[in-house]
Amino acid sequence: MIETHLSLLLVVIPLIAAPIVAILPNGRLPWLVTLLVSLSCLVLAIMQLWNVADGSIISYELGGWAPPWGIEYRIDVINAFVALLVAGVAAVTLPYALLSVEKEIPTKQISLFYSAFLLCLSGLLGITQTGDIFNLFVFLEISSLSSYALISLGKQRKALTAAYQYLFMGTIGATFILIGIGLAYAVTGTLNMADLAARLPEVEATRTLQTAFIFLLIGVAIKLAVFPLHLWLPNAYAYAPSVITIFLAATATKVAAYVLIRIIFTVFGASLAFQEMHIHWLLLPLASIAVISASLVAIFQYNIKRMLAYSSVAQIGYILLGIGIASATGLTASLLHLFNHALMKAALFMALGAVLYQVGSVALQDMAGLGRRMPWTMAAFVAGGLSLIGVPLTVGFISKLYLILAAFEQGWWWLIVVVAIGSLLAIVYIWRIVETAYFKPTSHSNVTEAPLSLLLPLWLIVIANFYFGIDTSLTVSVSESAANMLLGGKP
Amino acid sequence: MIEYILGHYNYWIVIFLMMTGFYIVISRGNMIKKIAGLNIFQVSVFLLYISIGNVRDGTAPIITEGFTVYSNPLPHVLILTAIVVGVATTSLALALVVRIREAYGTIEEDEIHNKDQSL
Repeated sequence: MIETHLSLLLVVIPLIAAPIVAILPNGRLPWLVTLLVSLSCLVLAIMQLWNVADGSIISYELGGWAPPWGIEYRIDVINAFVALLVAGVAAVTLPYALLSVEKEIPTKQISLFYSAFLLCLSGLLGITQTGDIFNLFVFLEISSLSSYALISLGKQRKALTAAYQYLFMGTIGATFILIGIGLAYAVTGTLNMADLAARLPEVEATRTLQTAFIFLLIGVAIKLAVFPLHLWLPNAYAYAPSVITIFLAATATKVAAYVLIRIIFTVFGASLAFQEMHIHWLLLPLASIAVISASLVAIFQYNIKRMLAYSSVAQIGYILLGIGIASATGLTASLLHLFNHALMKAALFMALGAVLYQVGSVALQDMAGLGRRMPWTMAAFVAGGLSLIGVPLTVGFISKLYLILAAFEQGWWWLIVVVAIGSLLAIVYIWRIVETAYFKPTSHSNVTEAPLSLLLPLWLIVIANFYFGIDTSLTVSVSESAANMLLGGKP
Repeated sequence: MIEYILGHYNYWIVIFLMMTGFYIVISRGNMIKKIAGLNIFQVSVFLLYISIGNVRDGTAPIITEGFTVYSNPLPHVLILTAIVVGVATTSLALALVVRIREAYGTIEEDEIHNKDQSL
């Protein structure tokens, strides 16, 4: 029973739980239900990856309508990998959420907060599961609308304008995606991704199809915060509640990157994208500028959450570099970095959330001397920072290694220079915090270490940062087989 | 040429509406006007889908005697979903504007910017 409906349950459980949580009384009960839901999603996601790890494909027909007429959920190793990432981050974030949310969200909004969180989770999981491109748009909007609401719940009033700005950018992006889907439907008459992929070669040279591709590309690029369409991201991450920053930074952009990979490689095919449209000459320069310019801007930020948000824009650049190289190694690097960046940003934002919980601020000057006051939190921050820089034994090293290998295969030495400069700049902006936290006298005499329920999830993620940096068998093998599947024709 | 332009008049309307809405979103500083612009932008896409669904000489897709050519109903169904999404977006945006007005006392973007800077 569970086995056959696995892929649907992953989306439906949080979707059904959301309205139930909304009518629960405020307090700890909504949190408990949300925790149970996300834990069950994690179990289902692990089972799902287990089922498809051997290269098989699960095709689930919604309501028994056969594809391509009905909506199909089509799970291969790539979907299952990203779904596991989303469910895993949700399950680790929620134990952390209990205290953090009680402190940052007004009591009367707590059940609504968790309800919106579940909707966002359901939308993100839905994007990863679906094999129908219009269904993907609907799930994208479910996750986006709930994340606008969640961001606006931040304590400062700037959170409201950040959410408003994100809403506009996000809606324009979603509308572009809608136009792209409409034009692709006009030339093929189908919305099923696998069916689209099969029918597109007949109409490959038409202007309508090329326009559809570009609209989809730009729409997803806005959601992914590709430079120069990233302007919504720094404010949205800086002013959202801590838990939401952790969750969105680790999942939302990763799911958008997955959509980009899916559209380029599965639906439209690498030959249209790279040989006919030459999008790598669009992606590679923009990604390189993102890596360098966003890292430079990050150095001059005094709000550390905002600094890490700019660093996210730079890290998305690395993911795009791998996609732009479009070789098996490049795609492996992209998929690896998708997973690894989620781990390091979750660790860094969790450490900052703990600082915000104890100190009440994430401004650079307020972190002076915290290395002695909150040793465990700051040690975790340093570990996350090392991973971000790409020190050996951390996950950051693994993804950069594969990216450099991919660049080396192509003989693109300038790309290696970009990665090196990006890493050097990351050392500079992480060092500013290390210097302030460890080598400056403290201004708060009564600050103590964060409570255990914040530290445990934080350290769990930090350990994952090192575990997947040393034992790479799971992540690398899954990414490699996913990359080969994406390049080796249809899913 | 004239026939081509007139024959595709619905698509010209789509492009005109789309650019109008987009221009309003970019150029206006008033938050409510921006939402109106966003709505016009979204509505243009609804028209695009409905135009795609039209089949020449087709009737409404209801099986009746004497008709063999029907318009494609699927884009209409899709656009019903997109309309619901648009309504949700608009209501969320309006709710945000209400909260922004409570927090800042204004809904003009430049004034909000000045208030944030002066802190």
